[in-house]
This record gives sequence, structure tokens and C-alpha cells, in this order.
Amino acid sequence: MFKKLSPWIYVLPAVIIVVLFRFIPIILSFIISFFEWDITGIGKFIGFENYVSLTLDKEFWISMLNTFYLVIFVVPLTICFSLFFAVFLNHIKLFKSFFRLIYFIPFVTSLVALSIVWKIIFNEQTGLANAFLDIFGIIPLRWLNESKGIFTLLFENFGINVPNSIGGPSLALFAIIIVTVWRSIGYNTIIYLAGLQSIPESYYEAAEIDGANKIKQFFKLTLPLISPTTFYVLMMTTITTFQVFSQVYLMTGPPIGGPAGTTKVIVYYIFENGFGEAQNLSYASAIALVLFIIILGLTLIQKRMEKNVHY
Amino acid sequence: MFIIKMKGKIMSGNKKTFLKNSFSYIILTIFGIFMIAPFVWMISTSLKSQLEVNKGHTGFIPIEQYLSYDDGKTVWRVSKVMIKGDSTVVNLIDDTGKIVYPFHTINSTQLKEIKRIKLHFLNFKRVFEKVPFARYLFNTLLVAFTTLFGVLITSALAAYAFARMRFKGRDFLFYFFISMMMVPQPIYLVPSYVLLNYFGWINTYQALIIPWIANIFTIFLLRQHFKTIPQDLIDAAAIDGCSRFKTLFQIILPLSKPVIATASVFSVISSWNSFMWPLIMTNDPELRVLQVGLSYFSQESSSQTTLLMAASTFTIIPLVILFLFAQKSIMASYTSSGMKE
Repeated sequence: MFKKLSPWIYVLPAVIIVVLFRFIPIILSFIISFFEWDITGIGKFIGFENYVSLTLDKEFWISMLNTFYLVIFVVPLTICFSLFFAVFLNHIKLFKSFFRLIYFIPFVTSLVALSIVWKIIFNEQTGLANAFLDIFGIIPLRWLNESKGIFTLLFENFGINVPNSIGGPSLALFAIIIVTVWRSIGYNTIIYLAGLQSIPESYYEAAEIDGANKIKQFFKLTLPLISPTTFYVLMMTTITTFQVFSQVYLMTGPPIGGPAGTTKVIVYYIFENGFGEAQNLSYASAIALVLFIIILGLTLIQKRMEKNVHY
Repeated sequence: MFIIKMKGKIMSGNKKTFLKNSFSYIILTIFGIFMIAPFVWMISTSLKSQLEVNKGHTGFIPIEQYLSYDDGKTVWRVSKVMIKGDSTVVNLIDDTGKIVYPFHTINSTQLKEIKRIKLHFLNFKRVFEKVPFARYLFNTLLVAFTTLFGVLITSALAAYAFARMRFKGRDFLFYFFISMMMVPQPIYLVPSYVLLNYFGWINTYQALIIPWIANIFTIFLLRQHFKTIPQDLIDAAAIDGCSRFKTLFQIILPLSKPVIATASVFSVISSWNSFMWPLIMTNDPELRVLQVGLSYFSQESSSQTTLLMAASTFTIIPLVILFLFAQKSIMASYTSSGMKE
């Protein structure tokens, strides 16, 4: 009897914690979203009311749009830079681990401290970003205080007026994009490097004999062979970018979530509703569940595809 | 003839490799500078005087340039108000930018232009005077190491069972854990808050520690390692009358020191960097961890850029050092885990 039970005694501490603080909260969050719920506790049953209000909530859709902008810029930029660095890192032997380290350090350092540093870098008067632009004779930008879209700003220079609705992410959000990409490059470079090392050297030798130059080799050989890694990086970066919070909170919020609310992303909106002045835990929970569905969908796609991909 | 030709080709091939590599190094260095520049600038700004920063000195070297006046006791910074013949009316300013003696009239020849490199290490001291950083550090270390202790115990036990025991429901439990690992943090913030509030744990250390003392990733990391330990060794221990529990602590764990070290660094890094959870689960200033304290500091004194940079440097450096010690294994486990943050 004891022998049969004994393995469970070993896993029990972990199981208790995981069930109590991972599993139950997920179930709880569904329940919370169907009831009125504030800091004092449960209120009356309201059914799908929160979800109905969500579809009509303009701010919710804006935060979805901002998150979408974030993903659509961060993911391709991260993939390009990471693959770019990994290809070069794969060529060298000396100082390889040194460079790997340099690229990786932003990823392990505190996002809070980094956000503060970048906020100061993007300071209009005393920041490094404008000082850097100044070298190229570019006029100082307002960065984190700029609510105009980057395309609006870009075409303003040519006297073309792009309405804000199609102006793209605000410059403030773009600053957040830069920070997010900068921080995720190191991690993904290492992932790509592992992928590149699994491609047999003989393929390149064969390509060389066939007279393919380096650029052709990259596009015809490396890129297709590395595509499983690219898919993994694509999905993982998308999933994590949906969860961006600290950069936004520290660089542009609170109280409003960026200039004219243009950096308000979905997790920031959850935070604002649940733990800001409103303290509407029920509504915050409903938003979180929408995010959960999105991320769950992405995760399932990733797992499904991972099985189909052959190296 | 043919051989010579071949030789020539190989030679030029080597040369090409070398050239190509030097190109790689140039590219990697240029981008490496961009990657590391924010850190360098952070450290350099943390050593500048606020006055220089406010003047718009954005350089990487903490140079300061100002008019000064030496009254015999102190070298003052000076801002000119007006010039009256041979004498100048000035404000005497101290290092922090406060005007100590306004409208002081001095001889113009006594004014001296100073340009020098000066490192204001005092910024770090002033951060500690301004905000209770020592307290924040204590909280962070307390949370990080208690969590670590819990993580190691729960993970070692669970990993041992997963790796070395057969029991009903093991595979189910395994997949259950994997699926729980995939749930991102923002999802369970609200319900966890409700739950912890129900327990009366809001504004307690428990709220920062207990939910984190089981780390699924660490369980898997240890499980993978435990599986590689030869069964013969464990059988031999059993024959010698070693109980399962004893086998774990006296045979398996001593053989797993490197992987335990990796898991520990991993755990400390994530506790140290954890922000959103402590931000939400505590609001008592006494309970602020470093990240939360830093965040409040940045909101309260956003114009004190040099102090903010000093505080950031202070928050980042210990972790970078820790990371440097274990970088290879940490990078490997980060990338194999497929998890971020």
C-alpha cells in the first residue's frame, strides 16, 4: 500500500503548488469573468455581459490594434536580426562565445531597469537617441511623447498628409518596438545558431562546387533548411510579444498608457482595468481570457506544426 | 599542371575564408556595439553630474565643462547673471545644482573654465539615501533565496518520481504539468490576486514566494538529468539497504551538482527580475522588491536621470555577474526550455 502511494508523496508538493496556483486560477478566471467581482469579493451573476461590453469597448479595440502593431513589427524584425547575427556567428570561431554573450545579455537583465534606461535614451532633450540622429542631421524627434503614426511622420517630410488612421504605430509605440526587438534578439540568435549548426557542412560544399555564391547559398540552402527554426522563433516571439507589459508600463504609462493612449497594449489594459483605479477584476478577467484564447490558439498551431516539420 | 592549379585554388580559398571572416567580425562588432551601447551609456550617465546631463551632454565619457570660481574653500560652479565692468555678478551653485549664493559679485579674472573627466560615484550613495534600496535588496534576496530553496526541494522530489518511478497517472501528470507551463503569466494575474486575497496573503512575503516554489521547468530539467544516471548505481544502493529517499539525497543529488547549479541560477534570475507579480500582489512600501522599488523611484523622480541610471546599474550588475559565471549552461537551458521571462 505504502509502496503504491510513495511516488505520489514525491510529486505531491509540486502538484499542490501547480494545482493551487496555476490550474485553479485558470478555472477561477472563467468564473470571475461571469460575475460582478471587485476587491470585496463576488457579486451577482452577469453572464456574458463583460464579453458583450468588450466588443463595444473602443479602448479594448485600440489596445488590440496596438498589440497587433507591436507583433507585426517586432516579430519580423526579430527574425531578420537574429538570423542575420546567427549566420555571421556561425562563420567565426574565435570570440564566438564573446559575441554570443554580448547579444544575450539584454535578455537576462531586468526589464524594469532596461526600460528606465531606454526611457532616458528616448528623452527629447537629454537622450542618446536624438543625439544619434543629430549626427545624420535629422531633427530631434519627440519619441515617447509622439502620438503621430510613424508613416504620418515619414510622409510629412515629403509634404504628403497621411491620416492617422493609417499612420501606423505611433512613434512612441515604435520606440517600444525597438526596445522589445533589442531585448529578444539575443535569445533568438542562440536558437538560430543551434539550428544553423545542425545543417551539414557537406551541403554547402556541394553548393560551392555547383558554383552557388554565398548569397545564393543563403537563400536557396540556409533559408529553407532553417525554416523549422524560423517557424519556432515566429510563434514564440508572437506569443511573448502579445504579453508585453513592463516596457509600456515603465516607458509610457501610467496614467494614460502613452501619448493619446497609443502605446496601450492588451496586458497593460488588463492591468489598468483590474489593478488601476477601476479595480474591475471581472472585466480584467474577461480581457485576460480573450488573450488566453489567442495565445492558446497560437500554441496549438505551433505544437501541431512542430510535429509535421521534418528536419 | 593540374595539381598546381588545385593548389592555387585552395590557397585562394583560404584567403577568401579569412577575408569573409574578417567581414563577419566587422559586422558582428558594429552590431555588438549597438547591442551593448545602452549599457555603456547607462553606466556613463550614472557617473555624470545631473547638471551636465541637463545641459544636454549626451556623450559616453562623463566630461564636465563649466565656469568655476574658487573662493579658497570650495570650487563653485558658476552661472553668470551679468557683467559690470571688471566684475561679474554670478550665482554660486553646488554639485547638485542648488544655488547656494545668489548674486555674488566677483572679479572677472577669478572665473575659470574647467573641462575635465569626473566620475560622480556619489550618485550611487545618493540613490541609497533617497530611496530605501537596501531594504528593497533585502526583500529581493529573501524572496529569491527562499523561492530557490523551495524550488529545489519540490523539483528534486518530483523529478525523481518522474524519472525513476512507475506509477499510475504519471504520464497524465506529466502532460498536465507541460500544459500548465504553457499558460502565460498575464492570464492568471487576476484570479491569483483573488485567490491570494482570499488567503489574506496580499501584502505578505508568502504571496511573493509560495506560488513560485514549484517550477515546472526545473522539474523537467532535473528529470532529464536524473534519467541519465545509470540504473546499476541505484540498484546497488538499494541492495545496500538505501531507501529511495536516501538514494535521492545521497546518490542522485550529489551526482547532479552542475544541473542543480544551472537551475539555481535560472531561478534566482527569474526571481530577481520578476516585476508584474510583486507589483500587483504587494503595495506596502516595506515589501517592495528591487524591481518594484525601482519602478516607483522612476515615477517619483523621473528628472533625476543620473540617479535613475545609478539605480538601474545597481539592479543590473549583480545579475550580469551571476550570469557570466554560468553563461554557457544558462544559455543552453534557456533555449531548450522554449520559455521566456
